[in-house]
Amino acid sequence: MNALDQLPVALKHWVLGWAFWPDLIKPVLSAMLSIGPIIGVFATLFGVLTVIERKTLGRIQNRRGPNRVGIPFTNIRLAGFGQFIADGIKSLTKEDIVPRAADKVVHFLAPLALVVPAILLFAVLPFGRNMVALDLPNTGLLFFFAVGAATELSVFMAGWSSRNKYSLLGAMRAIAQMISYELPLILSSLTVVMLVGSLSLVDIVARQEQVLWGFLHQWHVFTPWGLAGFILFMIAAAAESNRTPFDLPEAESEIVAGYFTEYSGFKFALFFLGEYFGLFAICGLGITLFLGGWTAPFAFLDFIPSWLWFFGKLGTLLMFFIWTRGTIPRLRVDQLMSLAWKFLLPMTLINLVIAAIWHFTGRDGWAMGWRWILCAALLSVPYWLLSRGFQAQVGAREYRYAN
Amino acid sequence: MNLPFTIAAVITLVAAGVAMSARNLVHVALCVAVAFAGLAALFLQLNAEFVGFVQILVYVGAVAILIVFAILLTRSSETAAGTSIATSVLPGLVIAGLVLLCLRVAILNSPATQRTAITPPPPTPAVSVPVRQIGDRLMREYVLPLEVMGLLLTAAMIGAVIIAMPEKRK
Repeated sequence: MNALDQLPVALKHWVLGWAFWPDLIKPVLSAMLSIGPIIGVFATLFGVLTVIERKTLGRIQNRRGPNRVGIPFTNIRLAGFGQFIADGIKSLTKEDIVPRAADKVVHFLAPLALVVPAILLFAVLPFGRNMVALDLPNTGLLFFFAVGAATELSVFMAGWSSRNKYSLLGAMRAIAQMISYELPLILSSLTVVMLVGSLSLVDIVARQEQVLWGFLHQWHVFTPWGLAGFILFMIAAAAESNRTPFDLPEAESEIVAGYFTEYSGFKFALFFLGEYFGLFAICGLGITLFLGGWTAPFAFLDFIPSWLWFFGKLGTLLMFFIWTRGTIPRLRVDQLMSLAWKFLLPMTLINLVIAAIWHFTGRDGWAMGWRWILCAALLSVPYWLLSRGFQAQVGAREYRYAN
Repeated sequence: MNLPFTIAAVITLVAAGVAMSARNLVHVALCVAVAFAGLAALFLQLNAEFVGFVQILVYVGAVAILIVFAILLTRSSETAAGTSIATSVLPGLVIAGLVLLCLRVAILNSPATQRTAITPPPPTPAVSVPVRQIGDRLMREYVLPLEVMGLLLTAAMIGAVIIAMPEKRK
C-alpha cells in the first residue's frame, strides 16, 4: 500500500541510482525526471479530456459525439477515444496561415508565451505525498499567481499582433475579465494562507491532513469560510480560464474565436493546450487549497494512493466544468463586471473577516460547533442581502415576442 | 559575476535598450515587460524570492497590462508614422544624472553596504527572508508609509472614477 503510494518517487530514485550517470548531469536528470512525467501526464489528460468533453456535450445536446476513431490500421474503435490523436495529426499537418498585416514576431511568440507559463504552473502543485516538482517553502502560492498573471500579456500579444478587430476585441475582453477576476481569486485563497500561516502549498496540504475525531481529515472546505472560499475560488477560476459562463473572450457567436481568431494549424492547438493546462493547474490549486490536496476525506480511506486522490478530485472538478459548459448560458459584459465587483469582491472581503473570527474563537468541545454555526450565519446573511440587491436590479423578465 | 546573473542582466539591458529605441509603442510596452521580468530574475538570483515574484505579479501582470491598455484606449492600434523617440538631449541628461545621484546616495548610506565592508561575505548563500517577517515589519514599523500609500492610491482611484463619469448635460 505504501509502496504503491510512493511508486513514482521510488521509480525516480531508482533511475537516479543507476551507476553510470556522471555527477555533473545528475541535477539536470533529476529535474527532467520530475518535469517529463508532469508534461506527459497532463498532455495525455488534455487529449482524453477533449474527447470526454465532446462526448459529454454531445449527450447533453442529445447526440452522440465522436465515436469512430480508434487505433489506426485496426478495427478497434475504443468508443472514439482515438479522436484526439487524429486531431493532433490534423493540426500538425494543417497550413499555418499568418495574416499579411500581422506583426510576425509577436504573432509567433504569443502562443509560446501562453503555453510556457501554463506548464510552469504545475511546478509548485503537490500531486501526491512527496510529489512536488519545486517546493518553495516561502513563496509557493505567490509563484503560482505571479506565473499565472504573466499569461495575460500573451493574450494581448495574440490579439494585437493579428491586426484583426475580432482578435483585438477578444483580447481586450479577456484582459478586462482576467484582471477583474484575479482579485477575488487571490483574496479567496488568502483566507487559507491566513489560517495556515504559510505560503507553501506542501504545508497547506500537511495542515489539512490532520485528523479530527479519529476519522475526518480537516479539509478547509469543511469549514464555513472554506466552503464559501472554495465556491468563490471556483467561480473566479472559471472566469480566469475562460470557461463557459465566462467565455466572452472567445464567444463564437459574436467575435469568431476572440484573440486567437487568426491562428491556424499547430499554433491554434497550442492556444487550446495552454487554456486547458491553465484550467488543470487552477483546479489543482483549488484542490490543494480547499479540498485537502492529495489527502483522503476519511482516515479509513487512506489506503488509496495519494496521487489517485488528487487526480480523482481533478477529474471531478473538470467534469463539473464540462457540465456547466453544457448547461449555463454566457453572461453579458456588464453582468460579468458587476458579478466580479459587486458580488465576488465584497463576499471575499467578508470571508476574510470570517476566517479571522474563526481563527480567534473556540477550538475544542462544544465551542467548535458554535463557532461553525456563528461563522456560517455571518456568511449567509451578507450573501442573502447581496443576492437580493441583484434580484431587485434585474426585475421580472419580459418576453416581448412571446406575449 | 556568475552565469545566471550575466544572462539576466543581459536580457534586462537589451530589453530596456530596445524599449528606448523601438518605434512601435506596443513593442516598447512588450520590451518593458521583458525588462521587468529580467529584473525579477535578478531579484531571484539574490535569493529575494518574495520581491522577485511580487515584481512579476505587479509589474508584468499589472503595470505592463496597464501601459498596453493606455496605448490601446488613447490611440488607434495603427502604428504611428512619426517618431516616438524624445529628441531633447539636455533635459534627459539632467534627469538621468539626478536619478543616478539619488540612487548613489541611497545605496552608499544603506546599512547593507557598511555591513559587507566590516565582515567578509559569508561562504554560504544568504537565506531568503521569510514572508512572515516582511509582513510583521509592514504591519508594525512601516504601517504609516503603507497606509499613506493606500490613501494615495484610493485618491488616485477616486480621481479616475470622477474623470470617467459621464458629464451631466444642463
